[in-house]
Amino acid sequence: MSKLFNIKEDRSLFPEKNEQGKIDIDLSSHKYLKLWHGPQHPGITGNMSLEITLLGDEVMDCETHVGYLHRGFEKLMERRKYIQCFPIVCRVAVPEPDFNEYCFASAMEELAGIEIPESAKWLRTLVLEMARLASYLMWIGGQAGAFGQGIIGQWTNYLRDSMLDRFEELTGGRVYHMYIIPGGVRGLLPSGFKQRMEENLKFIEQMMKDVERVMFNNAVFKKRSVDMGIIEKDWIYKFGITGPNARAAGVPLDVRKDNPYLVYPQLDFEAVTATHSDIYNRADVRRRDLLMSVDLIRQIMAKMPQKGEIRAETPNVLHWKVPAGETYSKAECTRGEYGYYMVSDGSEYPRRINVRGPSYTHAVSLLEKMIINCNLADIAGLMVSLHTYPPEIER
Amino acid sequence: MGKINDILSPFTAWKHLVNEPLTVKKPLEREGADRYRGFHKNEIDKCIGCGTCEDICQNAAIDLVPVEGIETKDGDSGLRPKIDYGRCCWCALCVDICTTNSLSMSNEFKWIDEDADNFLFIPGADDKPWNNSEKGWKKPDYNLYDPNRVDMQELHPEDRDKSFIEIVQGYSKEQALKEADRCVECGICTATCPAHMGIPEYIRAIRNDDLEEGLRILYDTNPLPEICGRICTHKCETVCSVGHTGDPLSIRWLKRYIADQNPSERFKEILGTDTIEQNGKKIAIIGSGPSGLSAAHYLALMGYSCTIFEKLPLAGGMMRYGIPEYRLPYDQIDKDINYILSLGVEIKYNVTIGKDNTLDQLHKDFDAVFTGTGLHLGRSTRIPGTEHKDVHFATDLLREISLGNEIPVAEKVVVIGGGNVAMDITRSMARLQNQKFGKVNVIATSLESEDIMPADREEIVEAREENAQIIPGWGPQSIEIKNDKITGLHVIKCLSVFDEEGRFNPKFDENIKDFFEAEMVIESIGQGMDLSYLTDEIKENLKMDNRGRIIVDNNFQSSLEWLFVGGDIIQGPDVIHGIANGHKAAIGIDNYINSKK
Ligand code: SF4
Ligand code: SF4
Ligand code: SF4
Repeated sequence: MSKLFNIKEDRSLFPEKNEQGKIDIDLSSHKYLKLWHGPQHPGITGNMSLEITLLGDEVMDCETHVGYLHRGFEKLMERRKYIQCFPIVCRVAVPEPDFNEYCFASAMEELAGIEIPESAKWLRTLVLEMARLASYLMWIGGQAGAFGQGIIGQWTNYLRDSMLDRFEELTGGRVYHMYIIPGGVRGLLPSGFKQRMEENLKFIEQMMKDVERVMFNNAVFKKRSVDMGIIEKDWIYKFGITGPNARAAGVPLDVRKDNPYLVYPQLDFEAVTATHSDIYNRADVRRRDLLMSVDLIRQIMAKMPQKGEIRAETPNVLHWKVPAGETYSKAECTRGEYGYYMVSDGSEYPRRINVRGPSYTHAVSLLEKMIINCNLADIAGLMVSLHTYPPEIER
Repeated sequence: MGKINDILSPFTAWKHLVNEPLTVKKPLEREGADRYRGFHKNEIDKCIGCGTCEDICQNAAIDLVPVEGIETKDGDSGLRPKIDYGRCCWCALCVDICTTNSLSMSNEFKWIDEDADNFLFIPGADDKPWNNSEKGWKKPDYNLYDPNRVDMQELHPEDRDKSFIEIVQGYSKEQALKEADRCVECGICTATCPAHMGIPEYIRAIRNDDLEEGLRILYDTNPLPEICGRICTHKCETVCSVGHTGDPLSIRWLKRYIADQNPSERFKEILGTDTIEQNGKKIAIIGSGPSGLSAAHYLALMGYSCTIFEKLPLAGGMMRYGIPEYRLPYDQIDKDINYILSLGVEIKYNVTIGKDNTLDQLHKDFDAVFTGTGLHLGRSTRIPGTEHKDVHFATDLLREISLGNEIPVAEKVVVIGGGNVAMDITRSMARLQNQKFGKVNVIATSLESEDIMPADREEIVEAREENAQIIPGWGPQSIEIKNDKITGLHVIKCLSVFDEEGRFNPKFDENIKDFFEAEMVIESIGQGMDLSYLTDEIKENLKMDNRGRIIVDNNFQSSLEWLFVGGDIIQGPDVIHGIANGHKAAIGIDNYINSKK
């Protein structure tokens, strides 16, 4: 049954595709069933929906639909001054606001030729790794939950919450941090922060051992994830796959290494990879990446300057005219390459901002390909294993 | 082995049976972090209603509204921010940019209410439980605009103490752009400026490097930008909202920058005044000071033919004859005046109304008359000794200097007065002493203590840089005269100048005395007006107040409907009030003449 899931594109048992690459579905034949999976289905990550055609339990065809969460951010920003875009961008990908803040700020800084202070670079790297850690902790609960393991989500959401506590005291906000402001950051570490962070990290490491025992060394989980939903190595560049989805296939794509930014060159780490990008492999890459974030946070806190300027001098933000030009600024988020393409015409308003979220490739074209022959019960697990956030598809 | 392990391993989770469950703290019981961006607070008396918070808010969550008990006054719009929590995203940009630092956020985040409208509130004015909370978001240690002024290049004291060359060098383009960038476009300055100049607008023109547009904005309300760009008393800068936590904008120097950068020969083209349709009406203007020139300018633009009658040989009034050249060079006065003359305004020099011509005659020959004759008479302290020939009025001496006449200069001089005119004569005297004797010995002494001296701060500082002594807080008692020569001024300590009601009522301590040596004393304690040109018949019909001032309405029209009055004799004394009066009077005259048709 779900073994079929591995037969990539072996459609010999199923109806022919027509010229448009679709199958001719005659619903009145009673052979097929059309099913809308989402946008409110709990197994769907975020608000998107899959229009699925089933034959029995198996997916024959699928079309993805987005737009349920479209807030028009990119267009909105063309009518906002640059500083007014700063509180908007964090909303593009809710669980990882900081990558948006960073890419937006660094694109502006690059166009304006601004070098941010050393302390700000360290603090930015710190919050980016904290965001990675928090986001993985949320994801891991989702992955376990999609295969019926509720307890993991409860543990890791608690752990994520401890990270939100740290975000709260550093940035003033738990979910929308609005901390990486163009020119620098908005605050130094509060006193006692490092100690509280270390306590959190220790607990996270300890609990992650339990997660490993209960989730990863688990026959049920393995049964449902090993050899399931494989991403072939040769798809990586064809589809523009990045992040853990690519690394699990043995392609070590990691912006932190490939195009080092902030203080990553001063940190000791290697891109986490695996060889066989099935659901299990990808989960394991993320688990190890999560633990690497713990290590990176420790390294950052040990090496960072204790005080210093937090923000470079910039023009008055109320009428900051960013010099005309265009740039693309990117960072490694939990799901791969996150990027902001910014065009300035030299006025007080951005001419165009385009957000490149990895979900765009992973949740649309890649998912549509991988879902064929998937068992209905595995769809949620497959989607979570691609780690997608629909809001960043529909900026 | 692996398989068995995979079956057994999950059961290790049972050990958590004896542990506390991992659950998130209940939000109602936990407190927000020290830096939490919670509900807004505003120190309502510190806030000036500048609206900068409103400008930055990308959610349009802030509206500036009137608040009971808060009055509109200079430097305060009387409005306060009202925040809509249906729109706010708690980004705290409003806090970070607040010009006075009055706005902040508490760490409170729980607010339960049945009525949704209650979530629209005025922080600080509405009584909220978090108003006294110490914790929460405060403006971080950075600035979203530059609080520091771009320094002005000035002649070094050693390069200026013998000459009357202009001290202030003016901004370069780069400096002007940097300074103009600091403005938050609140308009608090515009409300206070007597002429209500479009300050944020012309500062924006500088930022856009559109100095022609800048010039047009200046001339909308002020036809003497070179002059005002140098010597305006800049009440706008006193109230500038950026000045609350930093240096106020250099509004005056920015205005000068626009005027300086536009070549005078292009003014008519830029301002679109090459041809003006004449309406055939004639207006007489007495006095070519700021109010007269301003009235003439705006009347000329409306097509009136204006004739100014000036008593002295050159135009400008107090601007030329009262302000030393090192502050306001004569060629800059000429630049402004020549443009006004180019609009067809005529000036008849050396004509004194009341002597060479009469007001009655002007009334007959012209459709309306504006008079702005200013305050040219010196006022005396009337202390013993002031009748001596070596006691002078500052205004007389300053006028003589401008006329190019030689004035008496003594080795030791005392100036009585603490206003800008006193500083002008003190600093002029210092220069002349330096030229004549190679050293400076001039003391300026005022009743007011230094913190309330009416002179501009920079005047006091620069006077000291030029080695004049400024000794505030003394009341002049008598001038000592020996062998018919002045030897000095006796003073006693002045304890306070104004009484509780704010009236002029100085208190002295007679036991604390001092003596300032001097061979010459100059009085500069204010000026009086000379209205001798008003004939008895006119005076009979002209309404005046009990202090002898002519009463005028909002358009500076007197009780004689053909006679308009403005400038220092009505308001001020300063240049910008004169300009504003002249502008309004021009509109008043136009209304009056149209109403006669
Ligand atoms: S920015 Fe500050 S001072 Fe200005 S209106 Fe807002 S709260 Fe008041
Ligand atoms: S916190 Fe942000 S959204 Fe809320 S009122 Fe202030 S600027 Fe506007
Ligand atoms: S000059 Fe000062 S008071 Fe005037 S608009 Fe600019 S910031 Fe406001």
